[in-house]
Amino acid sequence: MRSVGVKDYYRRAKLGDTLFNAFNYTAMILLGIATLYPFLNVLAISLNDSVDTVRGGITIFPRKFTLENYAYLFSYPSVVRGAVMSVLRTAVGTVTGLVSTAMVAYAISRKDFFARRFVTGIFVMTMYISAGLIPDYMLIRSLGLINNFLVYILPGLISAFNVIVLRSYIEGLPYELQESAKIDGANDFVIFSRVVMPLCLPVLATIALFIAVGHWNSWFDTYLYASSNKYLTTLQFELQKILTNVQSQAAASAQDIYSYALTEQARRVSPESIRMAMTIVATVPILCVYPFLQKYFTRGLVLGALKQ
Amino acid sequence: MPANGAHLVKTSSLKKHTSWWATVVNQRYLILMSFPFVLWVIVFRYLPLWGWTMAFQDYKPGLPFFQQKWVGLKYFIILFEDPKFWEVMRNTLAMSLLGLAFGFTLPIVLALFLNEIRHMLFKRVIQTITYLPHFLSWVIVASLVFQMLGPSGPLNEFLLSLGVVKEPVPFLTKPHYFWWVVTFADVWKEIGWNSIIFLAAIAGIDPELYEAATMDGAGRFRKMWHITLPGIMPTVIVILIMSIGNLINIGFEKQFLLRTPLTKEYADVLDLYVLDYGIGSGRYALGTAAGIFKSVVSLILLFTVNRLSKKTTGMRVL
Repeated sequence: MRSVGVKDYYRRAKLGDTLFNAFNYTAMILLGIATLYPFLNVLAISLNDSVDTVRGGITIFPRKFTLENYAYLFSYPSVVRGAVMSVLRTAVGTVTGLVSTAMVAYAISRKDFFARRFVTGIFVMTMYISAGLIPDYMLIRSLGLINNFLVYILPGLISAFNVIVLRSYIEGLPYELQESAKIDGANDFVIFSRVVMPLCLPVLATIALFIAVGHWNSWFDTYLYASSNKYLTTLQFELQKILTNVQSQAAASAQDIYSYALTEQARRVSPESIRMAMTIVATVPILCVYPFLQKYFTRGLVLGALKQ
Repeated sequence: MPANGAHLVKTSSLKKHTSWWATVVNQRYLILMSFPFVLWVIVFRYLPLWGWTMAFQDYKPGLPFFQQKWVGLKYFIILFEDPKFWEVMRNTLAMSLLGLAFGFTLPIVLALFLNEIRHMLFKRVIQTITYLPHFLSWVIVASLVFQMLGPSGPLNEFLLSLGVVKEPVPFLTKPHYFWWVVTFADVWKEIGWNSIIFLAAIAGIDPELYEAATMDGAGRFRKMWHITLPGIMPTVIVILIMSIGNLINIGFEKQFLLRTPLTKEYADVLDLYVLDYGIGSGRYALGTAAGIFKSVVSLILLFTVNRLSKKTTGMRVL
């Protein structure tokens, strides 16, 4: 009797396990599809003939393959300027941001630094206090940063969160390394750049990724502070302008990409196809760096979050 | 360069009668590495706080500070009497509460189920896919949302082909749908990323607990319910408290990018009010007053939940 009961029990448990797995794997696959499908759909439309697209029914493969939409997109001057500016601000912003973050984080990681509490405090406070949109706007205006490239770099130079993450990481390193370098006659700057930073590479990579993604994705500072200087336009801002046109469905002004599409090549490209191509162009750089840095950022983030 | 021994003697003798100036000279590199950024933080983060005075003045751009006319709380009263202000407050609270209800719970559910996947490669692939949207800008996500939810977009095509609906659902143009569209766009973007912290917490649970439960005959759901969930409760509570502290700070990007003229009434949030009415129409004093109101509310929320947290979990978030 008893052995039959046990067998029965194990059979039931196994069945429950199988059902659970079936449910779980199905749910995860559906979630994966729900996440990826929008990209694949937009990619397919961007690679499809725009007249054909109007017929509808494009899923994840283009029906009539063409590179026309992209060729057209990159013949438009403000898109090219936007791409150059996006790359430039991301490069300059990431280097300056990373170096500044590292220097502050190192200084406040040193227990013997006399101003350690003061510097830490003044940065940490900024995580809870902000003046708000209008005072910030007035400051930028009175500093003369409107329509100036520096408005992309200076106001967001350092994030207190990144400083704290890096500081926690440095404090986890053995302090003996710094002491022995000091005995060898190295000054604090040499210890920082030759001893401590090389050991911080994983967390520096994570922070660099966060800063770079922030710069690449930013559009609001262009909108607010630099929209009347056409040389400071970025890809995200151009995409935002296209989106605003979609929403209002208003007739496009003479300046923007839609009217350009309508006047010059109306029969070959449609606004929708251009928007899809633009969405893909703005996404691709992230897709390129993402797989390589993924292992760093999960580790870095978990570390930062736990130490907080 | 003195020999090692001599150098050591020198530093220790310095330490004995350290004067203020000696410390400064000694730590000059640390000072050089941090003080310029202290100056930066003062200019870009603290100086704007001075701008709060604008809310109490009939602010005229270009006039020096002492010639501005002080008007007390006039603009706060105007603000609280403005029906538009209460409309944006309603929208802000509605979207942040919906965000809390779904944006907070669904990542926990995802983490629980991801944790049950034994096939490591499959798990990694799903994680990689679900983290991805976090790294895209709201501009890109808004473009995807417009494409997916448009009248002839894939979702409507799908619903039509299943016969669930007779005609396309106006997801983007019907005002009442806006809160839900924003909430689920946000969940789609952040669910994977927000689950990371819970997965890390799950990884810290003692595996012996699971072994013991298996011996006692617990199934997968029971182990999830009685071991995993209680195991991550401290993390859940900390994250919950932090989200409540940020309730009013929902930003404006997604609302700005997803709103249409038809949905404005349900889309505009506090920060958009400041943007449109403050900077857009040059009513700086009113916009600043709204910004101050927001800061005060969020500080009150923060201190309240901090105290609550200390009482209930013994953990401080501040």
